[in-house]
Amino acid sequence: MIVDLPSTTTSAVNKKLVELRERGGAVTLARVLTLVIVTNEGEEAESVIDPAIEASREHPCRVIILARGPKKAAPRLDAQIRVGGDAGASEVIVLRLYGPLAGQGASCAIPLLLPDAPVVAWWPTGAPANTAEDPIGTLAHRRITDAAAEKNPIKFLTSRLETYSDGDTDLAWTRVTQWRALLSAALDLPPHEKVRAATVTGDATSPSSELLAAWLSRYLNVPVRRVKTDAGPGIVSVVLERQSGNVELVRPDGVTATLTQFGQPERRVALPRRDLTECLTEELRRLDPDEIYEETLHDLGKVIKGRAPAATKTAPKKAVATKKKAAKK
Amino acid sequence: MSTSWVNPLRDPRDKRLPRIAGPCGLVIFGVTGDLSRKKLMPAIYDLSNRGLLPPGFALVGFARRDWADEDFMKVVKDAVREHARTPFREAVWKQLAEGLRFVQGSFDDDAAFDQLADTLKQLDDQRGTGGNHAFYLSIPPAAFPTVTRQLSRSGLASADGERWRRVVIEKPFGHDLDSARELNAVVNDVFPEESVFRIDHYLGKETVQNVLALRFANTFFEPIWNANYVDHVQITMAEDIGLGGRAGYYDGIGAARDVIQNHLLQLLALTAMEEPVSFSPADLRAEKAKVLASTKPIEPLDETTARGQYVGGWQGGQQVPGLLEEGGFSPESTTETFAAITLGVHNRRWAGVPFYLRTGKRLGRRVTEIAVVFKRAPHLPFDDTATEELGQNALVIRVQPDEGITMRFGSKIPGTSMEIRDVNMDFSYGHAFTEASPEAYERLILDVLLGEPSLFPVNEEVELSWKILDPVLDFWAEQGKPDPYEPGAWGPDSAEAMLARTGRTWRRP
Ligand SMILES: NC(=O)c1ccc[n+]([C@@H]2O[C@H](COP(=O)([O-])OP(=O)(O)OC[C@H]3O[C@@H](n4cnc5c(N)ncnc54)[C@H](OP(=O)(O)O)[C@@H]3O)[C@@H](O)[C@H]2O)c1
Repeated sequence: MIVDLPSTTTSAVNKKLVELRERGGAVTLARVLTLVIVTNEGEEAESVIDPAIEASREHPCRVIILARGPKKAAPRLDAQIRVGGDAGASEVIVLRLYGPLAGQGASCAIPLLLPDAPVVAWWPTGAPANTAEDPIGTLAHRRITDAAAEKNPIKFLTSRLETYSDGDTDLAWTRVTQWRALLSAALDLPPHEKVRAATVTGDATSPSSELLAAWLSRYLNVPVRRVKTDAGPGIVSVVLERQSGNVELVRPDGVTATLTQFGQPERRVALPRRDLTECLTEELRRLDPDEIYEETLHDLGKVIKGRAPAATKTAPKKAVATKKKAAKK
Repeated sequence: MSTSWVNPLRDPRDKRLPRIAGPCGLVIFGVTGDLSRKKLMPAIYDLSNRGLLPPGFALVGFARRDWADEDFMKVVKDAVREHARTPFREAVWKQLAEGLRFVQGSFDDDAAFDQLADTLKQLDDQRGTGGNHAFYLSIPPAAFPTVTRQLSRSGLASADGERWRRVVIEKPFGHDLDSARELNAVVNDVFPEESVFRIDHYLGKETVQNVLALRFANTFFEPIWNANYVDHVQITMAEDIGLGGRAGYYDGIGAARDVIQNHLLQLLALTAMEEPVSFSPADLRAEKAKVLASTKPIEPLDETTARGQYVGGWQGGQQVPGLLEEGGFSPESTTETFAAITLGVHNRRWAGVPFYLRTGKRLGRRVTEIAVVFKRAPHLPFDDTATEELGQNALVIRVQPDEGITMRFGSKIPGTSMEIRDVNMDFSYGHAFTEASPEAYERLILDVLLGEPSLFPVNEEVELSWKILDPVLDFWAEQGKPDPYEPGAWGPDSAEAMLARTGRTWRRP
């Protein structure tokens, strides 16, 4: 059910929520967290509703979407409540904030936060420089940004370290989980030799490539090169150099990767780029500080930058489907 | 993995990294069967889709049909499309399909098993399964001796060095203590106990694992989780369907052997056990074994047990046949389709608290739950009229469907003078367990490949369970026919009578 409350206040929204619940019968769904999404009114706000609803299937939650309208307009708060079939396992509250209210998202969100439940804040794009000190960030136990959706992904990523605070996380980091899992599993197998150096190749604007390189640098404690290429979307390949042979994980097309390592036949692995729903679901799974992410940020500066020398491993040419925005597929 | 090697990329704080098994393959015997098509193959695809299978994973089907690899591939694909939980993705399917093989033969055919051995060797070379193979016996237990002998003969049952071989078996684990011991002997003759994985799919369910979290991660529940506060416990597994088409498996087996011996006694063990020293498999099993060893039926059995058989009638708007009219069942069958028993857990925590276990087919609805029913407050400072409608407090763990927890307690009725009535408070982790969270079989198959044994009952637990149940089965064997009951209700009158003797009633789940 979708209920529109034009030109309203948060207490009216709260009242309506209670009324809907009473009318709809007993409260049977316990919600485990509040997800506050900060976005701009219009298409941007619409595009985050579905992933949030999908993710709520694993983590039942109240979703509050703060959609900022034009600052110049007269002050007004329009609200929309979605429950039941239109909201998956969540209840979605969209608050459209106009005029001076656009800068007062936190004060509108506070009365609607679930009592005692953790709060997760997500800026699909346009995150503040210091999320932890942002009025909405201070309400949140976990703060999700998405470097890939920012204007200058790499610069944004580097700035994460300066303002890092426990609870910060970034979807560019979520997108490398599967890569990290495969590489870790590869090193479980013999020969158990030390990795001497590593190279991560990926799109110039792929923050995930940077993070993957930094993670390898941090944990392998070896020089890691980050090579830029326009051969594929996102991350294209990782090479770990070892004495008896390299471990190579190459994904030219953004879908299927080939894993080569000494002593094992070459293998193909389905490694499709993860969509927003998948990333968000993973993020909501844990609410404690991500120490690994923090440590990885520390090594961003240690990664050696480079362009692909013409002859090195470039992906087959069929995969020239370049996309500048490394976000969803 | 050599013991000195520490993988620098693994950090125990890194909770994002999924557990991916090392290189390995799975062989399914009885791959044409119901279980394989509806549960196993879809679960394997779902695991693959979630990126949890090792690259190069191989799945080998063994059956007597005269199929080529392509035919098998189609069967798997159909099963996956129809029953998998996660969306079908061509890229994922292609990777999985590369590792599919089919071996044709019957279980007594030496040549077929030699061919299986060759196939696995080839897979080790081509796919790098590394000599690590699990054998899933999704076949009637009568075929176990033949198959395990064949595996041993063809050298498939043992592996050297760091390679592993594991065998997975499904219930029934025998039909009484003696046959269970025989079966264990047959299996252990070829596979050492630590490589035997017995599936009790209930243990793969999130809610069941949550019982331990609920009890041991909170302060709320444990202080009252004992005979001082608990009046009794009811564990129910009810199904609304009948046994049409399952005569071969069910006739002569019955509800108690089919469900109580494994699922319900495992649920009892988790509900009643003491806090384990740690969550390591050995410590968990130690506590489960202790509680099962202290559990016995309460006598006299003619008063504390009930068994029934459904008759024909109307259920949920449909006319349904009775068991004796179902195809394949003997018209004289004394197989019970409803069983209820009373157990005592003889230790300090539970002395005097009856545990009622019941299961049946063609009951009111499909539901599995554990209900812990508490004693009444020792003193009620209200008028008698105020508490007329107040029952006993209860905590209900809803295992399926609609997984979650219900608390039942008294509350003042608004508006009136002081009048108190029972109300329910429900917690459910949303649709989580039904939609987005893994099927029990996914979790269990993954654990087999990882060699993680916590969720699998061991030999000892199986034998202890039969020790609990055997006296009841022996008693029933002398009693002639089970009591008839109407379809769509909650079992025979004798089940109500069995609780009424102590002034209790069954919850209507
Ligand atoms: N289905 C369930 O939900 C469920 C639940 C709990 C436990 N189980 C247990 O799981 C196992 C499999 O159950 P199911 O329901 O899949 O059984 P099913 O549908 O009867 O399938 C049995 C399978 O075994 C094969 N088989 C039987 N005898 C054989 C022989 N002599 N030589 C070669 N193949 C033979 C059958 O092959 P053909 O197709 O060629 O006959 C078929 O693939 C059984 O141990 C059962 O007790 C099943």
